[in-house]
This record gives sequence, C-alpha cells and structure tokens, in this order.
Amino acid sequence: MAEALILRRLSKAYIAGKPVLRDIDVEIAAEGITAIIGPSGTGKSTLIRCINRLVEPTSGEILFEGRDLARVRGVALRHARRQIGMVFQEYNLVERLTVMENLLSGRLGYVSPWNAWRRRFPDQDIARAQALLETVGLTGFANRRADALSGGQRQRVGIARAVMQEPRLLLADEPTSSLDPKTSVEIMQLLADVARSHRIPVLINMHDVSLARRFADRILGMEGGRIVFDGVPGALSDAILKQIYGGEDWLH
Amino acid sequence: MNATPVADSASPYVFPRHRTAQITFVLLAVYVVYAAAQMEVSWERVQAGLEHAGRFLSRMFPPNFERSELLWKGLAESLQIAVLASALGIVLALPFGLLGARNLMPAWISWPARLIVVLARSFHPVVVAIVFVKAVGFGALAGVLALTVASIGFIGKLFTEAIEEVSIRQVEAIRATGAPFTSVLAFGVLPQVFSRFIGFATYQLDSNLRNSTMVGIVGAGGIGGTLFAAFQRFDYDFVAAILISLIALIMAGEVLATAVRRIFIDNVTLGGLFRGGTPASQERHLEDD
Amino acid sequence: MASAPLPVTVAHGGWERFTPGQRLGRFTIYLALVAAIVASLRTIEIIPEFLYDAPDQVVDLVTRMWPIAWEHYPSGVHGALMETIHIASLGTLLALLLATPVGILASKRLVPSAPLNWLARLVLVSSRSVNSLVWALIFVGIFGPGPLAGTLAIAFRSIGFVGKLVGEALDEAQPGPIEALRAAGAPWLSVLSFGYWSQVKPAFWSIALFRFDINVRESAVLGLVGAGGIGMALDAALNLFQWDRVALILVAMFVVVIAAEVGVTQVRKRLL
Repeated sequence: MAEALILRRLSKAYIAGKPVLRDIDVEIAAEGITAIIGPSGTGKSTLIRCINRLVEPTSGEILFEGRDLARVRGVALRHARRQIGMVFQEYNLVERLTVMENLLSGRLGYVSPWNAWRRRFPDQDIARAQALLETVGLTGFANRRADALSGGQRQRVGIARAVMQEPRLLLADEPTSSLDPKTSVEIMQLLADVARSHRIPVLINMHDVSLARRFADRILGMEGGRIVFDGVPGALSDAILKQIYGGEDWLH
Repeated sequence: MNATPVADSASPYVFPRHRTAQITFVLLAVYVVYAAAQMEVSWERVQAGLEHAGRFLSRMFPPNFERSELLWKGLAESLQIAVLASALGIVLALPFGLLGARNLMPAWISWPARLIVVLARSFHPVVVAIVFVKAVGFGALAGVLALTVASIGFIGKLFTEAIEEVSIRQVEAIRATGAPFTSVLAFGVLPQVFSRFIGFATYQLDSNLRNSTMVGIVGAGGIGGTLFAAFQRFDYDFVAAILISLIALIMAGEVLATAVRRIFIDNVTLGGLFRGGTPASQERHLEDD
Repeated sequence: MASAPLPVTVAHGGWERFTPGQRLGRFTIYLALVAAIVASLRTIEIIPEFLYDAPDQVVDLVTRMWPIAWEHYPSGVHGALMETIHIASLGTLLALLLATPVGILASKRLVPSAPLNWLARLVLVSSRSVNSLVWALIFVGIFGPGPLAGTLAIAFRSIGFVGKLVGEALDEAQPGPIEALRAAGAPWLSVLSFGYWSQVKPAFWSIALFRFDINVRESAVLGLVGAGGIGMALDAALNLFQWDRVALILVAMFVVVIAAEVGVTQVRKRLL
C-alpha cells in the first residue's frame, strides 16, 4: 500500500479530561522523512510512543501493515514492533554490552531467547551488522563496549540497531537533542541517508526547526495536541511558526 | 574482561570468548559434583526425605497455640534479651568504635580497639553464648552478654568505618575555631555519622531480635529453648505455632525499625509517620541480613 | 538520600532545630526505648549466685582450655571443617538458583502481577525471619542428621537475603535500554537476558560473595543441632566437657572465617 502508517482519531489523555493528543488524523507515506515539530509538552513524544505502544493510546486507530496496532496484544504486538525501529534521545544502548551485541539486539524479535543468550545469531544477521557498522562510520568498533563511546557514536549505534530490524517504519524521538550542533547535523544526515538507501519511511520528533527544515520532506507542526500544520518545509513561514510556538524572539 | 575475537577466514565474526568466566563456571560445576559426593547426597536420600517432609508438614498443621503461656514467656524473654543486648551493645560499641578510628586516634590505640571489634565479630553469637552459659550459667543473662558482644562487633566496625569516612575538612573547620576536643566531636564528627549510626543501630536491634530467638538452643534464654524442646518431643504443631509467632514478631520489629529510621533520619513527624509515604532511608545493611 | 529539610525560623524569631511535630516523634521514640529497657531489666531473670560465681567459672574455663588440643586437629577437626565449607558453598549456590526466580517475581517492574509480587515477598520474608539454626532443625527432622540438612538450611535461609537484594537491583536497572529492547519486539526472556542481566551482573555476584561470607559463619554452628560440619565436633566436645578441644575448634572456626573474608575480598577486587 502507498501509506506506511495511518493514524485515525488518535487520542491520549494521561489524566482524564486533559487530553495530550486530540483526534490526530495523519497518513505517512511509504517513503520519505516526516518531521514533527512543536513546543515541549505538546504531545510529540506521546504521539511517537503511541505508535509502537510504548504508551497506551486512549482511543483511535493505528493502521500499520494491515493491522490496527492500537488493538494488538501479546505475540502480535511483538511481531508488529519488530517491524518498527526506534531511535531514542538518550540512545538507550545496553551499556555493558559491545557495539556488536547492541546491534544484534535489534534482531531479538527474530531469535529465540535461548539462542540469544548463547549469542547464536544467523550468519546473515552478523554480516548485515558488519555492513551497517561501515555505513554508520563505525568500522572496527564491533567489540568496543557501548559505554566507551561518545554521544554521537552511541547514536550511530542506535540508528544501526534500528535498521538491523529491517523495519517498515523508523521512529525517532528527539534523536539529536542530547548532541552538540555539529554532531546533530551529522546524525540527521546519517539518518536521512540510511532511510533513503534502505527505503524506510522515517517519522522524527524534533525541537530544532532549522534541522527539520533542512532534512525533512514533510513537516507536521503540533500545538495543543493537534496538528496545526502539514506541508513541505518551504511552506513553513514565520507566521506559522509563531502560531505553533508562540512568541517571536526565538525566531531571530 | 574482554578477550580479542577469534576470527578465521571461514566465519566472518566470532564473539569474544570470555575465557575466565567459562573456566570459572566449569570449575564451579566440578566442585559441586565433588562436594555433593563428599556429603553422600544420593537421590534415594532426597526422595526418602521428601516423603518424610510430607509427613512432617502434616504434623505441623494445624499449629497448636494451646500452650500460649509458655509461648509468650519465651517470646517476652527473647524480646528482653534483644532490647538489653542492643542497649548495652550500642553503649559499649561507641567508645570502641571511636577508639578504632585511625583518622582520630594514634595507632597504638586504634589497633587494639579494632582487634577487639574483629574478635567480637568473628564468632557466631551462638558460639559466644555457649561460652557465656559456662561462665554465668543458664538463662537470659548469658544471652544478653552474648548478643552484646555480637553487637559490639557489628556496630563497632560500622561506626569506625563511618568515622573514617568523615570529611576531614568539616572537622578542621571546627578545630580552627579553637573548640575543645569534645565539641569538635559533637559538631564536626557526630552530625556526619549520626544518620548512618541510627541506621545500623536499628538494624542491629532487628538482628538481635532474630538472634535472641536462637541462643536459647544452647540454654541462653528465650524462645529458642522452648523451640528446641518442642522439636525433641516431636510436638511439631507447637513448633509451627512458635515459628508463626516468631515471624510475626520479627515483622513487627522491622516495622518498628523503619519507624525509628524515618523519625530520626528523614525527620518525619509523628503524624507524618502514620500518614505513610515512601521512606528515603531504607539503607541496606550488608552484614548479617 | 535526602532528608526532610530542617526548619530554621520560628514565628517569634528564634531558631529551633526541629518542629514541634518532629520533636514529638523523637520524644516518643526515646520514651519507648527507655520504657523497653527498664521493663526488660526488671523482668529479666538473673540468678545472683551464678553471677557472683562468674569470675571463678571464667578462670576455670580458661585453665581447662589451655593448652589447646592441637593434636586432635587432623582426626577430629579437619574433615568437619571441610564439610562446613562445602555446606556453605553448596548452600549459597543452591540459594542463588532458587532465589533468582523468586526475586524476579517480587519485582514489580518485571512481573507486573500484584498477587505474584506479594506471594514472592512473603516467601522472601519468611525465609529471612527463620534462623538458619531453626531451618537446620527442620531439615534434620526431615532428612535426618548430616550435611544435607545443613546445606538445605543454609540455602533456604539465604533465599530471602539474595532474593530481596536481587529484586532491588532489578528495580534499580536503567529503564532506557529496557524500553529500547521492548520497542524492537524482543520477547520477555530476551529482555531479561540482554537488558536486565547485563546491568545487574556485578551486583548479583557481589551479593553472592557477600552471602557466602556470612554463610561460612552460619554453617559452622549448624552442627550443634546435628546438621553437619564443625558444629558437630563442637557439640561432641562440649558434651564431653573437653574444653581443650573446644578451644581448638574455636580457633579453627576463627581461622576459617578470616580466610573466607580474605578470599572474598580478593575475588571482589579482581572481579568488580
């Protein structure tokens, strides 16, 4: 199908009566990079996490790969999650394991727990991991412990891990918010390159508007739990940004 | 603990093998087999035991609380032993702990004090109780003295450690004001160690309560004697009653210890204590339990 | 470990260290403590004759203990000493095996089922509240005297200790990597092995070493109720009033305890 992900009337209220997401309706195409921007607390992170059910939506539908993710449970949920890769703001690597083990943890949904414990992964997984290490610029890092890496290097591992799942969709929750400006650009570039070459649609949640403008094909602006802007970066005028974020000083 | 990966041309990547870990596991497995053999642990014995266990457990139920007077007397005595041993132990441990602090005392004082504390700790309270039973006769006094020794060993050591970890700068600051030694102690050293001290004092009270239930087995008073006698007479239902009361008593002791900690360390008010909430002072004391 | 802030000013401009509510709490505790001590002193049974006799008894004890019966060691003590170490080791290992699942069940994070958590906690508390000597009595009753009873007693007593600390270590593990593994669709067991185990491994071994150290001490006395080890030699010597052998056994116990502590410290240094 042309759409990778369809959200229909997705809502979430952590406290009853105070919804954080209000009837979100959006369709994500099967290719391209979509960035979600908006002020803190506007539900960007909640939206991303509802998609792979790290947060439970209150109501609505999440249509992905022919199923409604809001309804699946148990093994079906795990299978669905296998198809969705996620990159985190704090990288969320397993610190005491090596880079290679962290990469392979992306395949844990496909390997039995016993084989995983004994580190028996299929040869092609290992080959793919080696290739991905090169792609993200970490050749030779396979046996380094994750906690010996810098922030930028960790995020590269995080991206590689997500891609290892061979996902149909890649989610990224503020992937560059913990990185310095230069590394942020490098990571965004990497994310964009990998997504395009592997043909995976990406949904990124970010607060840096200039980065969003630079790398995204489509921008969704959120405010007050709703999507108030949906278009190409070029159409993102100052007036619209002011509506989303409120205030003007930060724009200049 | 990383080994270099063993790669050969056939396989593209091999996980680094943690040699030391593997060898250790193998050695452990061999040891288990050896030790089990030494102890003549055979499957038949275990099976026979399990059958026996079934009969044993059935004789324990329902628990027999009829001889409640005897039960209460024993529990009360254990409680007394624990209270007195803790009080005496804390009082005596303080000077020993202080004298053993190398940052406050010269070596010729601190080493003997530390040695005494080590000796007090090295022997199981029951063993110490045996010696005291010989010295002062059967009864609760032997129990109190035995557990006092154990308390000195425990609190003395922890107290010394706490003092040695004190920030020397704070002590110097007080010293620089020209205060006498005791004031330096009171304002410089004690505030830093007080909350930890409360922690291990309550812990030791709890530990003494557990131990006091046991020293009776060698005649040093308390419910232990009653328990042992019941065992020897095969009154297993009475044993069950005693065990249940023991567990209840110890749980009550834990609640009390938590309350004391919250009042002194977290500065909770009396009302706040009953209102509840999560305590910040649940320090784990890693010595005996 | 923050505590509640201490109040600084009072309405009339003075300075008090504690609020009236806090003072009441502290006072109540002091009162309770004093009451407990006084009550205990008054009701405890102390037979004065024994007390006056004590110094003589002590002197008598010391003279009977010296010279220490060293020659008795190879035949009477060495085997029992080794048995004690085996009891401690096997008991600790068995406890690790049994306590881990219980510790996992007690952790709200890993097993979000309240009844299971509660049941596991009950098991852990009961294990801790019953003394190793009492456990030994029970197992001697079931399996008969000997080191099997001792090993099981050590194991069952240690389950509470190990299980509680392991549960706490699991609760303190970083949530981030766990979230990532769940988001990748990993099954529960793999989340456990990749996410939790790699984080709690050092704490686990530390707990194990720690409990082993304590168990060496505990194993030494189990023989007093017939559960094997050096305690049985002690019991025999006590029954025959052979105080010089008792002295030998006490020295042996001391040496073993110190050796175990030194050993554990060395392993800790190299491992952690």
